[in-house]
Amino acid sequence: MSRNKSGLLKMERRWGMLLALPVTLGLILFAIGPIIASFAFSLTDWQIGGQSSFVGLNNYETILTKDPVFTKSLFVTIYYVLATVPVAIIAAFGLAMLLNRKVKGLSIFRTIFFLPSIVPRIASTMLWLWLFNPDFGMLNSMLEFVGLPGSQWIYAEETAIPSIALMSVWGVGNYMIIFLAGLQSVPSHLYEAVEVDGGGAWRKFYHVTLPSMTPTIFFNMVMMQIGAFQSFDSVYVMTQGGPNNATLLYVVYLYRVAFTETKIGYASALSWILFIIIVVLTLITFRTSRKWVYYEGGGK
Amino acid sequence: MSRTNPRIFTYITLIFLSLLMILPLIWLVRSSLMDNAQIFIFPPEWVPSPFRWSNYPEALTAVPFSRFFLNTMTLEFITVSGVLVTTIISAYTFARLRWPGRNIVFGVLMATGMLPGAATLIPMFVLWREVGALDSFVPLALPSWFGAGVYTGQGVFAIFLMRQFYMSIPRELDEAAYIDGAGPLTVLWRVIIPLSKPALLVITVFSFNDVWNQFLEPTLYLSSESNFTMALGLASFKGLYNAQWGYLMAASATMVAPIILLFFLAQRYFIEGITLTGIKG
Repeated sequence: MSRNKSGLLKMERRWGMLLALPVTLGLILFAIGPIIASFAFSLTDWQIGGQSSFVGLNNYETILTKDPVFTKSLFVTIYYVLATVPVAIIAAFGLAMLLNRKVKGLSIFRTIFFLPSIVPRIASTMLWLWLFNPDFGMLNSMLEFVGLPGSQWIYAEETAIPSIALMSVWGVGNYMIIFLAGLQSVPSHLYEAVEVDGGGAWRKFYHVTLPSMTPTIFFNMVMMQIGAFQSFDSVYVMTQGGPNNATLLYVVYLYRVAFTETKIGYASALSWILFIIIVVLTLITFRTSRKWVYYEGGGK
Repeated sequence: MSRTNPRIFTYITLIFLSLLMILPLIWLVRSSLMDNAQIFIFPPEWVPSPFRWSNYPEALTAVPFSRFFLNTMTLEFITVSGVLVTTIISAYTFARLRWPGRNIVFGVLMATGMLPGAATLIPMFVLWREVGALDSFVPLALPSWFGAGVYTGQGVFAIFLMRQFYMSIPRELDEAAYIDGAGPLTVLWRVIIPLSKPALLVITVFSFNDVWNQFLEPTLYLSSESNFTMALGLASFKGLYNAQWGYLMAASATMVAPIILLFFLAQRYFIEGITLTGIKG
């Protein structure tokens, strides 16, 4: 049996739609539908087990004007994002720069730097809980060893968020790999050009490496930012948002309202606000990126 | 001669940083092999004496970890196969078959990949509650068969990667088969899948890792202990054996070991997958 052109098109159309069916259904059932439902819930005062009535934008109004816990958790989250993203970017980039110097044993060092990032989140949470232990944990013992005072780490309000940020920075290995791939694809003729002009290591870094890497830095920044804004696992297990809500990350608060207090309506409004914050933040990052991200071959 | 000094400096920095990165893992293993008497000595000791291997069997039977392992592997099997099947057929239809509305569906799909997971969490919970699927694997595994991945976005990203990959395979290969009367499934099975094994391995490794790591959704959906995954089991273990650091570290190390093993077996695919993620930008 053989096919002509129109038979082929007919076959492609039939099979094409059939094979796209699962994904299209998924799109409706697990993405578009839930988003619409979530907005509808957010306009009600629905609490599981109770009556639900339409309250318009009341939930949003309450959240934005009369909910001190929301304000606190928003600030905690922003603090966490600011404490994590820049440090993690610099750490990942620095490690990649070191590895890119054609060192011997590259694969060993790369593996060591990468390993922490594949430690399952809950396992690393348990490990860090133990490292943070003020009396017998590794961190305070090491501080003691070099003659520095210990810290209360996640158990004190002031140090809790920086401690969790420290733990996240430990797992930057996957971003390091992305940077390393980026560094390896910087065209070497650009470095040679700087050498011809008599430029040293700093000039190479500033005029070639950094500009060539801006798209990668930008991409990692956006991904980290979105991820950090939605962090949940470690804090939920370690502190449940405490002490005194000092680590009440946004999603931890959202989870508490939605599934402990079962205020579905109110929590849906919270999730929409988070959604809008992430979209706006990503747009701002894209906007400012025009000023500092350099794409080879002009605009992209 | 002038080049030797900076070189040595690089190595010293690398070794120092390696130590910092690896120290927590050494602490994990060291603690997992110590008895309580030694764990609470100050200043801390690094070498267990005696090596208390029995921490492992004791910790792993204190709560039914073998059950949790079985649950996790069941979930892995259903979810990873779902991700693979859906990714293969969806990427194929988006990359190769011509049908009306294709670009719109693909565009909308990519846009939903940007949705934060937290945005759909509540309505999804309400949905699974309505259909009576709470405390089962359905809410965790079923979406992966519909391209929704483990977390929203991840399945979408796999489809994106696979589609890119398919587009690099010459179209003439499929067309020749079609003229001979073969259907798309035959072409997929005979031509496309054999050529895309490396990409499929990348997706397998990453989905496996995601399921292994997943915590928020299992916490939300699984309530009876007999349904717990490893991650949930470990978290609940912490509540039961507070301050039993030897046990807790032994249980944690047990959760880390399979992933480290997977990494050493499939290092290439790990690195490749992460690099691909970066190129997306």
